[in-house]
Amino acid sequence: MSKKNEKTANTSVASRSAVRWDNIKRNWYMFSRNKISVVGFVAVILIILVAIFQQYIAPYPEHSSAYTNFSAAKLSPNSQYWLGTDASGRDVLSRIIFSFRGALIMGVGVIMVAAPVGVIMGLLAGYYKGRIVSTIIMRVVDIFLSLPSLVLALAISAIFTPTLFHSMMAITVSWWAWYARLVYGAASSIRNEYYIQSAELIGASRKHIIFREILPNCWFTILTKMTLDMGIVILMGASLSFVGLGAQPPKPDLGTMISDGYKLLPDAWWLTIFPAAAIMLIVLSFNLLGDGIADMLNAKEV
Amino acid sequence: MNEMANSVTSINSQATGDNVLVVNNMKKYFSTKDKDCFVKAIDDISFTVRRNEVVGLVGESGSGKSTTAYSIMGMHSITSGEVIFKGQDISMLAIKRPKSLKREIQIVFQDPGTSLNPQRKIGEIISMPLRVHNIVPRSQTEKRARELLDLVGLPQDCYYKSPRSLGGGEKQLVAIARALTTNPSLMILDEPTSALDVSIQAKIITTLMELREQFDMSYLFITHDMSLMRNIADRIAIMYLGRIMEMAPTADFFEKPQHPYTKMLVSSIPVVLQEEEDLKPVQVESQGEIPSPVNVPPGCRFNTRCPEKFESCLVDEPQMVKVFPDHYVSCHMHDPRT
Repeated sequence: MSKKNEKTANTSVASRSAVRWDNIKRNWYMFSRNKISVVGFVAVILIILVAIFQQYIAPYPEHSSAYTNFSAAKLSPNSQYWLGTDASGRDVLSRIIFSFRGALIMGVGVIMVAAPVGVIMGLLAGYYKGRIVSTIIMRVVDIFLSLPSLVLALAISAIFTPTLFHSMMAITVSWWAWYARLVYGAASSIRNEYYIQSAELIGASRKHIIFREILPNCWFTILTKMTLDMGIVILMGASLSFVGLGAQPPKPDLGTMISDGYKLLPDAWWLTIFPAAAIMLIVLSFNLLGDGIADMLNAKEV
Repeated sequence: MNEMANSVTSINSQATGDNVLVVNNMKKYFSTKDKDCFVKAIDDISFTVRRNEVVGLVGESGSGKSTTAYSIMGMHSITSGEVIFKGQDISMLAIKRPKSLKREIQIVFQDPGTSLNPQRKIGEIISMPLRVHNIVPRSQTEKRARELLDLVGLPQDCYYKSPRSLGGGEKQLVAIARALTTNPSLMILDEPTSALDVSIQAKIITTLMELREQFDMSYLFITHDMSLMRNIADRIAIMYLGRIMEMAPTADFFEKPQHPYTKMLVSSIPVVLQEEEDLKPVQVESQGEIPSPVNVPPGCRFNTRCPEKFESCLVDEPQMVKVFPDHYVSCHMHDPRT
C-alpha cells in the first residue's frame, strides 16, 4: 500500500513539472511567433547584462566619474573613443554604458512601487464596484490622472533636492493611478464571472477571491503594462534629468548627457545623438518586449 | 387568499420531515428604469424537494428557471416569500448565510467554460472548498481532491492541468467534483448538460445519477429537455412566465397531463416512430411565444396561447389545486371555484 502511494506521489511530481514545462513551451511558442518581439526580448536581456557588468564592458570605467583629460576633449568618434569624447575628455561610450544602470533602476524602482499600489487599489475598487469604497478610490485616481504626470513629477522633484531617488518618487506618485484604472477595468468585469460567484457561494474569503481568483486573471494585462511602462518611465526619468532634476553630475545619466551636449550642437553632434539613441534603444526594446507579451496574452484568450 | 394559503400548505405539508427544501410563495421582481414596471421573473411559486429526490424544473427560456435557482442559492435577494432548507430559513443572501449552510447547498452552472477560473489548476479549483471548510486536514487535501477526480471519472493527470486544456464535458465534471467536495445534501443543477455535446450529455447524466445514490443527495434539476426528465426525474414542475403551472410525479406527468401547457409541451417532444407518436396522451399544436415578464397578461398568464381558454381565464388568476395524489395544477378547468 505504502509503495503504491509512493509511486503515485512520484508520478504526480513528475506530471506537475511536465505540465509547467509544457506551459513554458506553449507561452514561448506564442511569444516567438513574432520575430520582432524576440528581438526586443534579446535586446532587453543585453541591456540588463550591460547594466550589471558595466565595469567590465566599458572601455574606460574611470570616465564614469569626475575625470578630466582636456587633451582629449571633444574628440569626434574614432578608433580609440568609438563614440567620441565630451567637453572634459571623457569617453561617451563608457558614460552611456554606465548610465544604463541608473535608467533601469529608475524604471524598475518606479514600477515596483507604483504597480503593487495601483493593482491593490484597482482590485479593491473592482471588487467593490458600485459601493462607496470603489467610488472614493476611483475619484482619487481620476484626480491623479487629470494632472499631467510629467508636470506633477517636475513639481515634486523641484520641491526636493534633485537626486535619482527623488525623481523616482515623483514619477511613482503620478504613476500608480494608471495601474489602478487598468486593473479596475479588468477586475470589475471578472468580478461578475460565474467562477467568482461560485467561489462566493462556496464561502471563500474576500482575500482569497481578490488575490487568488481575480488577480491571476489580471496578471498578464499587468505584466504587459509593466513592460511597456519601463520604456516610458525611463524616458520620463531622462526628461527630468534633462532639465536638471534627476541624477546629478558627475554621475552619468542619459538625460544629463543630452542636456550637456545640445549646447555644443551641431559641431559636437556625437554628444547628443548617441545618448539619445541609447534612450531610444532602451525604450524600443522594452516596447517590443511588451508588445510580444501582449500578443502572447491575446493568443491565449482566443 | 385563504384558499391560496390552504393550497400552499397542502403542497408543502406532505412528509415535512423528509423535505430538504421548501419554497413558499417566492417572488423575485427585478426593477427596471421605469419605477412602476417590474420584470416579474418569479411570481409566487411554491414547491418542495424531498430527500434523495430529483425534481425537474422545466420551462421555456425566460420562464424564470435560472432565477429560481439563483434565488435559492442566495445570489439574488428575493422580493417576498421564504426558502426553508431543512427547517432553517435561508431567504437571505448568500453572503449572510452561515458557513455551514454553504456546505449543504451547491450549484452546478450551465456553462462550465465560465464557471471554472481559467487561471487556476483543476487541483486548486477542487481543493479550494476543502480548505475553506476544513473538510479534511491540510495534509490530506490533495489526496481527497484526487479521490474526487476519481469519483467523477476524470483521469489523475487533470490535477495539474488548467481548465482551458480540458473539453466541455470534462470541465463540467470538474464543476461537479467541486460541488461534491462539501458533501452537500442539495445540489442545484442549472441546465448542466445544455452547453455540451449530445454524446457527452449521457456520461454526465449517468455520473450525476450514480453520485446521487452514493452521497444521498437531492437534485433540483433545471432543464428544458423533457425527454431527459422523463428518464431521471422523480417529480416534474413546469414553469411558465415565473409561475408553476403543473407539478406531478414523472409517470403522471407524461401519462395524464392536466394543464393545456403541459399537454402542449408533452406533445411537442420529438420522437422517431409513429408508434411513439401514438403513445402521446394528447396532440396539441404549439402556438405563440412566451410573453414578456414585464407585461404579464391579466388572468391566467397562459391565456394568450391556450387552446382551451374561456371567460374566467381572461380575468382570474387560477390557484394551485390538487387533482391526483401529489399532482397539482394551476388551471381554471380544475379550479373548484370556477
